[in-house]
Amino acid sequence: MSRRLVMIGNGMAGARCIEEILRRDRERYEITMIGDEPYPNYNRIMLSPVLQGKTTFEEITINDWDWYQSNNIHLLSKERAVEINRASKEVRTDRGTVVPYDELIIATGSSAFILPVSGHDLEGVVGFRTIEDTKMMLETAKQYKKAVVVGGGLLGLEAARGLMNQGMEVHVVHLLPHLMEMQLDAAAAKLLQQDLEAQGMKFLMEKKTTEIYGDGRVQGLRFEDGTNVECDLVVMAVGIRPNAALARDAGLAVGRAIQVNDLMQTTDPSIYAVGECAEHRGIAYGLVAPLYEQGIVLADHLTGRPTEGYAGSVLSTQLKVAGCDLFSGGEIHADADTKAIVVQDEVAGSYKKILVRENRIVGVVLYGDVSDGTRLFSLLKKGSDIQEYTSVSVLHKAGGDSGLDVASISADETICGCNGVTKGRIVGAILENGLTTFDEVKAVTKAGGSCGKCRGMVEAILAHTLGDKFDASAQKAAGMCACTTLTRDEVVAAIREKGLQSPRETRIVLGFASEEGCSKCRPALNYYLRMLHPETYADDKASRYVNERMEGNMQKDGTFSVIPRMYGGTTTPEDLIRIGEVAKKYNVPLVKITGASRIGLYGVQKEDVPNVWEELEMRSGYAYSKSLRNVKSCVGSRFCRFGTQDSLGLGIRLEQEIEMVDTPHKMKMGVTGCPRNCAEVLTKDFGVVCVENGYQLYFGGNGGTEVRECDSLTTVATEDEVILLAKAYVQLYRETGIYGERTAPWVKRMGTDWVRQMLGNEQEIAGLASRFEHAKTTYREAWSAALEDEERRRMYTVERP
Amino acid sequence: MSVTREMMKVMKLEELKPQIGKEVRVGDESVALFRLSNGEVRAVSNRCPHKNGPLAEGIVSGEFVFCPLHDWKISLTTGEVQKPDDGCIQTYETAVIDGYVYIGGLKEHEKHHSDR
Repeated sequence: MSRRLVMIGNGMAGARCIEEILRRDRERYEITMIGDEPYPNYNRIMLSPVLQGKTTFEEITINDWDWYQSNNIHLLSKERAVEINRASKEVRTDRGTVVPYDELIIATGSSAFILPVSGHDLEGVVGFRTIEDTKMMLETAKQYKKAVVVGGGLLGLEAARGLMNQGMEVHVVHLLPHLMEMQLDAAAAKLLQQDLEAQGMKFLMEKKTTEIYGDGRVQGLRFEDGTNVECDLVVMAVGIRPNAALARDAGLAVGRAIQVNDLMQTTDPSIYAVGECAEHRGIAYGLVAPLYEQGIVLADHLTGRPTEGYAGSVLSTQLKVAGCDLFSGGEIHADADTKAIVVQDEVAGSYKKILVRENRIVGVVLYGDVSDGTRLFSLLKKGSDIQEYTSVSVLHKAGGDSGLDVASISADETICGCNGVTKGRIVGAILENGLTTFDEVKAVTKAGGSCGKCRGMVEAILAHTLGDKFDASAQKAAGMCACTTLTRDEVVAAIREKGLQSPRETRIVLGFASEEGCSKCRPALNYYLRMLHPETYADDKASRYVNERMEGNMQKDGTFSVIPRMYGGTTTPEDLIRIGEVAKKYNVPLVKITGASRIGLYGVQKEDVPNVWEELEMRSGYAYSKSLRNVKSCVGSRFCRFGTQDSLGLGIRLEQEIEMVDTPHKMKMGVTGCPRNCAEVLTKDFGVVCVENGYQLYFGGNGGTEVRECDSLTTVATEDEVILLAKAYVQLYRETGIYGERTAPWVKRMGTDWVRQMLGNEQEIAGLASRFEHAKTTYREAWSAALEDEERRRMYTVERP
Repeated sequence: MSVTREMMKVMKLEELKPQIGKEVRVGDESVALFRLSNGEVRAVSNRCPHKNGPLAEGIVSGEFVFCPLHDWKISLTTGEVQKPDDGCIQTYETAVIDGYVYIGGLKEHEKHHSDR
């Protein structure tokens, strides 16, 4: 008869340990797990990306309900263990269930530590630990403006960035003079703070919180120095407290956490502890990698395999905040025995420090460029003698190749630090199971399944292992919306192959969960169908988001903006006078120069919108659309003494040639007359820098949410070539982009080289450009088209019976 | 007809396009009127309980509308906000008679009603 193994806890460390046990021996135990969160176990580390809006709750589930069932694990969810009776070997839950065990594993993890100051129990004070916490923060961000994060460590900064992404103004309060003092030295911390400040994060350093005040709901924080800060939300990220009460009550030895030996055994030989609730050799770990290492040791022990035991972990960390790449591992501060190799590039904002003791690396702190982190950390963990390396080769790979040099990585090197997956395991899994995508590798090996930072490495290994068979475009594989598990590519391929003609037909034939679709797939299908059938498909206004349906951006009070086209940012005295007169006549509350060099009329009443268009007699600026917004231009050689070409003329022409045609997301372009780049074209979806001998073309830039500098495409000699390549580029994006995906992530997903290759082939260019031109003939200027159509004009009326 | 006495005549059905909402204002009451893809007509309060988003401008799918401001999904039949969000909006009775849409249960109904 199999023995009864009971686990208290259903978190990452615990579930991973169970997986390891099952992998070794599926028959040995009858397993019960007791977890009080109402979810299958999920990846807590990914709550930051969820808060930052980069992934969803569904996507961070590690093992769904089926996993428990198919592995015969009995799960008591929403039940909390309240007592361990060691004498009778039973666990009792808050619902009165009594679970007998032969072996018991405690994996209760830890809780957010909430500062015990007055007001800590006000509404709006939260830790950052669970799905519930994250949901509460997302909800708060919808209603309130100001947030304070207490604690400038890893978790605090990720929470702060997430709340900023949700539209909140965020102050980070930190007790010490430097951020992330557990992982960074002063120099790196300063760079980090500067970068975060540049992103808009505000810091209150060396502040000790003494009180949280508010009337029912939090209104602010007071500090020891008498100052205060107002806020509607307080996130406590000052540390974690191991959940050890159950063990303490049962009479097990508990220090900071539940004390265990090298086999993860507590002072009761049939009770074990793993994860954040365990204290090993005086250390309770709060990062995921050690917890997994512990789980492996325990799994070996419980299945009777030889194990050397757990000897503690050297930690490494990375921060999941875009634009702040850092890597920290091992020791941080130099002492009398250590020597430091320090390279600081203030221009690039990068910093590298390697601490060496007796020719062995004992610490790595990287900021800015972290591409060497994994390799250096591997040298550190192995204790490799670095005498043979010159300090330069420690910092730079020989040959100066800045890309990932996958071939040089040894098989036992860890690629995914979170899950302890080596290169050898990944390569083996690819070959044995015929894997071709990142998601498949993740499913089999768990590499990249936690923080996701190693995704690039895993894809590089895939590419290297598969050679020509590697398909970059197949790497993203998640359903396009909740209605279907099919990806964008699968849906588009099916529309093509099956000759589907309407969104409804597409949803029915492809078995969407809802025949009517949802607010996500409705506009997407409308886009794909029109992109594929420009001639025959009639745009479905009911599938368009309000801004596109109404050809104007709806403001938060239900009024609209009217932003006319101003090619290249140019206008005329007559147009300006007319804009002024119309704005006056319709009492337009705000007239503003927009970010895209146009004049916007904001706050126009819905019923006035068509009249305003009619009286302006101007073309739509498509400031609401997923299509070309504008081409930002400088005056160029027409007026500027530095101008090398007629950048203004080219900008106007480019805007005229590309406008109106739907693209997966909005596009911004720019043409600048010389490399001084006054038109800021290097962060545009498509940029042109005029030089003496022609036009340098750039693509895939973004100046918005996540800043990305353009990649260079090529240099051409004539304006006609610029226009031709622009059309081909836009069409390539139209045909392969995911609806809602800007060109920057699209280029990242498809690969810069792939785009260059496609646009380096004359046949491709000709085909793409001609398909674009054909599509353009099916578009009409939006406002005049709407004005001529009685039915569409009626969309702006309000019934007053 | 007895029903016209209790309900207010609002607009021609043919002018109410399927899946594109229409705002109806009666006094200070704002109602969002919809014709679903199955032909049925629904009327609900035009204010999303979240941030007063104008529901008449939302994307309609089946018997649900997605608020244009923050994508809350609301049943046009029960007025209930769908999970994970919470709330409920007022629903109004509707009828189609002789090609015209009627709404019942309006506050200002008595004041405005005449035998049109």
